[in-house]
Amino acid sequence: MVLVFAENWDGKFKKSTYEAVSYAAEIAKMIGGNCVAVTIGNVSDGDAKQLGKYGASKVLSVKNDKLNGLVSQAYSSVIAQAAQSIGAKAVVISYTYTGKSIAGRLAVKLKAGLAAGASALPSSANPFTVRKKCFSGKGLTDVVITSEIKVVALNPNSYQVNATGADAVVENFNATLNDTDFKVQSKEIKKTSGKIALTEAELVVSAGRGLKAPENWTMVEQLATELGAATACSKPVADVGWRPHHEHVGQTGITIAPNLYIAIGISGAIQHLAGVSSSKVIVAINSDAEAPFFKAADYGIVGDAFEIVPKLIEEVKKLKAHNN
Amino acid sequence: MKFLVCISNVPDTTTKISFTDGKALNSTGVQFIINPYDEMALTRALEIKEAAGGTVTVINVGAANTEPTLRKALAIGADDAIRVNTEPTDAYLVAHQIAEVAKKNNYDVILTGRESIDYNSGQVATMLAEMLNLPCITVATKLEIASNEATLEREIDGGKEVLTSSLPFVASAQKGMAEPRIPNMRGIMAARTKPLQVLEATGDEKLTSSVAYELPPAKQAVKLISKDNVADLVNLLHTEAKVI
Ligand SMILES: Cc1cc2nc3c(=O)[nH]c(=O)nc-3n(C[C@H](O)[C@H](O)[C@H](O)COP(=O)(O)OP(=O)(O)OC[C@H]3O[C@@H](n4cnc5c(N)ncnc54)[C@H](O)[C@@H]3O)c2cc1C
Ligand SMILES: Nc1ncnc2c1ncn2[C@@H]1O[C@H](COP(=O)(O)O)[C@@H](O)[C@H]1O
Repeated sequence: MVLVFAENWDGKFKKSTYEAVSYAAEIAKMIGGNCVAVTIGNVSDGDAKQLGKYGASKVLSVKNDKLNGLVSQAYSSVIAQAAQSIGAKAVVISYTYTGKSIAGRLAVKLKAGLAAGASALPSSANPFTVRKKCFSGKGLTDVVITSEIKVVALNPNSYQVNATGADAVVENFNATLNDTDFKVQSKEIKKTSGKIALTEAELVVSAGRGLKAPENWTMVEQLATELGAATACSKPVADVGWRPHHEHVGQTGITIAPNLYIAIGISGAIQHLAGVSSSKVIVAINSDAEAPFFKAADYGIVGDAFEIVPKLIEEVKKLKAHNN
Repeated sequence: MKFLVCISNVPDTTTKISFTDGKALNSTGVQFIINPYDEMALTRALEIKEAAGGTVTVINVGAANTEPTLRKALAIGADDAIRVNTEPTDAYLVAHQIAEVAKKNNYDVILTGRESIDYNSGQVATMLAEMLNLPCITVATKLEIASNEATLEREIDGGKEVLTSSLPFVASAQKGMAEPRIPNMRGIMAARTKPLQVLEATGDEKLTSSVAYELPPAKQAVKLISKDNVADLVNLLHTEAKVI
């Protein structure tokens, strides 16, 4: 049996949840048994049932007012109880921020080895071998989990969603909650509202010191809006306050893996690439033909961003108009 | 306030990675450093200690060749260092070693980095917290401590969350926590005589092992498009790459 934690945000699932369920269903085929999902919080039964499409045969729904926020410690305890109740030999979670706050705890509770940040299906069920990135994307490693129970934390955007199944059965699951799991209290949630969250974005437009001044980001934001993309930036740009810190990608910022990453006026330093090199397609726009970014990019234009970006905006507009 | 800061010994961020027979990192000529996130955690611990008093201990699970990294942590300002003498080949093993040390000392705050930049796992903090039955705040960008209560900010999907926790607790540091400090000459001199205790490992249970390594497939050469044909780029992204 395989258990998958189907993470929700304000009661709704996102693509990374469907990826995790599709992935878990495939693992169930490899090791035997069914794929069962567990949801925590206010997910409607109608939405929960939908997880069947992605391969879950059953959904254990845990509803408790104490669990509406992300209480990491209690969440890991609930997931461990669900895993034990179905006799799961493998547990899959998404390696989102939520996943990062529970993965290790969950693994210790189940005395299970953890492959954190898996990027593909196990290449073998016995020994249970999972591939993941290492050295900030500069290498790949095969991790063998030797414990009886396995926990796999799947990187978002690295597995194809597979929606061919039928509705799942939804059951309420009563987990025992422990007072000591509630020592951390949430005081405030600051949502990065309105805009597309960088970690979930499929398209990202990013710019660096080549843009010279904060006011020049107007065109970057315009391009992002036309594409429906999130915006990002290099470290020095966030350090001097031209852009907010949460936009900084790279070794010391966030790591992203969108379908498209457009880098404008960014040199492509190794620490920057560490955060973006897993993007499926990379476009570099830089006035220096020798900029290292061109070695990491799929497409490139050598030239002045102030000339190219406005043209790009126009061309994207044309494409969108044409497609509508 | 007693701090324990977990220090991972990792290749410098500019290192060109290669592997020996696909079995291990080729460490010839590689410069090892304090994991950048651990350095942020260490700096924040020092800032709080300087304001409110206390001690900052750093710990590494590793072989003798990691000692220069621990000395650097001492040069930055840690009071003493512990090295648990075993190869850190599995997160569970590492967390267990640190938990054993923590059980014998009453630390108020245990800090780690968000992830180590070698295995990029981010497992140790939550494993350690579970072993010690302590709360854990992961990917924390802020930490303040006042009268036995800590206020932290952590990254969550789609934003940030402000939280409070009782002491003791574990937290893993993300950028924003503190700006790393460059050790000065006095710090470097002082570090030479600060205590660095070597402990033997307790048990050797592992639950995972990294059996093979390889470099990611080489990227195809970049397709350059003339700056006068920006429309071509948009077309390629639409029809060839199919990403827009
Ligand atoms: C420990 C450590 C961690 C780090 N972590 C990160 C990190 O997480 N993220 C990160 O980004 N950096 C990080 N850095 C910094 C990194 O090494 C680089 O310094 C940084 O990425 C450079 O930013 P940049 O490309 O915006 O600026 P620059 O290096 O100044 O590059 C600007 C680029 O813009 C081009 N340009 C100039 N004018 C134009 C124009 N008109 N049109 C088009 N192109 C133009 C230039 O040719 C140049 O290539 C880290 C460094 C260290 C030591
Ligand atoms: N060998 C080690 N010794 C001490 N601390 C470590 C070690 N490995 C990892 N850590 C700590 O755990 C954090 C997360 O590491 P990881 O789980 O390996 O990504 C690091 O930032 C360190 O603070």
